[in-house]
Amino acid sequence: MNNEADKIRRCVAGAVQKFAGEPGPLLEILHAIQDELGFVPAAAVPQLADALNLSRAEIHGVISFYHHFREHAPGRYVVQLCRAEACQSMNARALEEFVRGQLRLDFGETSADGRITLEPVYCLGNCACAPAMMVNGELHGRVTPERFGEIAKEWGVS
Amino acid sequence: MSAAVTVYVPGDASACSLGADRVARALEAEAGKRGRVVHIVRNGSRGMFWLEPLVEVVTPAGRVAYGPVAAGDVAKLLDAGLLEGGAHALRLGDIAAHPWLASQQRLTGSRLGIVDPTSLVDYVAHGGYVGLRNALAMQPVDIVRAITDSGLRGRGGAAFPTGIKWQTVHDQKAGQKYITCNADEGDSGTFADRMLMEGDPFSLIEGMTIAGIAVGATQGYIYLRIEYPHAARALARALQVARAMGHLGPDVLGSGKRFDIAVRLGAGAYICGEETSMLESLEGRRGEVRVRPPLPAIKGLFGQPTVVNNVVTLASVPVVLARGPQFYKDFGAGKSRGTIPLQLAGNVKQGGLVERAFGLTVKQLVYGYGGGSASGRPVRAVQIGGPLGAYLPESQFDTPLEYEALAARDGLLGHGGVVVFDDHVNMARMARYALEFCAVESCGKCTPCRIGSTRGVELMDRIIAGRADTVRNGAQTADLALLEELCDTMFNGSLCGLGGLTPYPVRSALKHFREDFQRVN
Repeated sequence: MNNEADKIRRCVAGAVQKFAGEPGPLLEILHAIQDELGFVPAAAVPQLADALNLSRAEIHGVISFYHHFREHAPGRYVVQLCRAEACQSMNARALEEFVRGQLRLDFGETSADGRITLEPVYCLGNCACAPAMMVNGELHGRVTPERFGEIAKEWGVS
Repeated sequence: MSAAVTVYVPGDASACSLGADRVARALEAEAGKRGRVVHIVRNGSRGMFWLEPLVEVVTPAGRVAYGPVAAGDVAKLLDAGLLEGGAHALRLGDIAAHPWLASQQRLTGSRLGIVDPTSLVDYVAHGGYVGLRNALAMQPVDIVRAITDSGLRGRGGAAFPTGIKWQTVHDQKAGQKYITCNADEGDSGTFADRMLMEGDPFSLIEGMTIAGIAVGATQGYIYLRIEYPHAARALARALQVARAMGHLGPDVLGSGKRFDIAVRLGAGAYICGEETSMLESLEGRRGEVRVRPPLPAIKGLFGQPTVVNNVVTLASVPVVLARGPQFYKDFGAGKSRGTIPLQLAGNVKQGGLVERAFGLTVKQLVYGYGGGSASGRPVRAVQIGGPLGAYLPESQFDTPLEYEALAARDGLLGHGGVVVFDDHVNMARMARYALEFCAVESCGKCTPCRIGSTRGVELMDRIIAGRADTVRNGAQTADLALLEELCDTMFNGSLCGLGGLTPYPVRSALKHFREDFQRVN
């Protein structure tokens, strides 16, 4: 328990130290924290407020404003399905239904075994190869239910 | 062992999404098994995405293309003499001569898919940094005038004359000014910024440097969306090279002038593509829209005079300075001068990047370049200009893709994305989606956008439900009238383009595809 708290404290302090000299550093710091921990833990908020001379509300306000920042640990595989128009024109809605059913997850949920998090995303810039999906930063194009099934096998989902 | 053969395998995100990384690995491995050495260059994409991964081999007779290549094809391709440009079913020959490319007018994207994006030497060999060298020999005010004279307008969507913006920043007296590049390319159906950053990052760096010299700014920021990790890597590499070779830093090309660029990552908020919201985000805050005035050009980033331009705009600057404003202006027509990189996406057979002088019609783009729908079904609609752009029915496909012509059709060109839909599309659902997207992405600062979008989704749910009794008793007709009123409120009352332009897709869907809103389910 203390180990976890220490880890967060060290991570936050490191991120602050790295970016505090730059103007308007909060987003940079939050990125650094999430890159290391996978999310921005609640415990980071008071520490950041203290270090940056901002209110806790201001820090929380920034974290909650941006879709990218998570307040809970994600699964090992973060599956982001594009819901935007170009993907819809290529049956993304049907794919979405299929994926939700296959993973038994709704958007924003993480599987009970901590393996997979399903997130919506609004455009990955892969609009000529729709539908698009990103998994841990790896982009996939022309994703069909069959193709999704093949990719999901790599995560131990069948 | 024979000499190394250079093979281009795109490192472009879209090409990678179709397996380009696997192709590169297979090529390395299979060539090795055959005792051959290949020098693999991860270039950008030419923008012909139905042919990706598009592999090009350098032969004494020139570059020979093959595509679309799957990793599983590589062994057979090598056996067929790939490294000598040998015959194979996937052989496309000289891809630059392909009518799809040869008919384009690539000024901004002239190096896309051709150069090695990590090599400044390659960039210079293909005409790079001529613009900056010319600019450094000019008075700053003359650089601004060249941009004004070229007729270049902001390619991010608002189409504001770039030269006028620069002039305003130039004229401010301030200790610190900034060049900010809006690389928060969030519109569905657009990827030109991404392709440029991944495939020709030095063009953006050079454009920003020229902007800095012109207005007297020493620091640039690229605000890059988090959804673009490939672009982030490409920019990081290119910035490092540019600094190491003295093209950025305290003494740009020995001129004694300072300019440097930092990349700042966004965090998944569409609204941060709005310029004042982007500035808030760059300052480390919630991306809430600022009230204008003051304009960013007068009081922008950290309260200082700031140029805000998008990637395509800034990447178009070098060619204007290299070839002169008249050269650039001679492309296009009316008030839409130069070229526009159109992005053809969605349900289309041959999607990709089409850069042409303004004036191509929707029909020429969708059928000529696109070859019709990917599904083979009739095309029913296109959405132009991203999620805030209007839907056009086929009867209006003669509309030229330029700012004024689209405005006359109650639409916008935006960032130049064109998304194709076949006849399976339900336009009432697309209108609902436009409002849903607005609700998800609203920054919450103004009421018409924050509340209006949510009420709009509820309204659309009732309309789409299409219950027989609501149709009989006139409730559905009343809901449709209410939807029009809501659009009116959002259009006139919103603080920025998100709430203000969401009515475009909604109204156009309602106007041209009313039958989809009046179904009884």
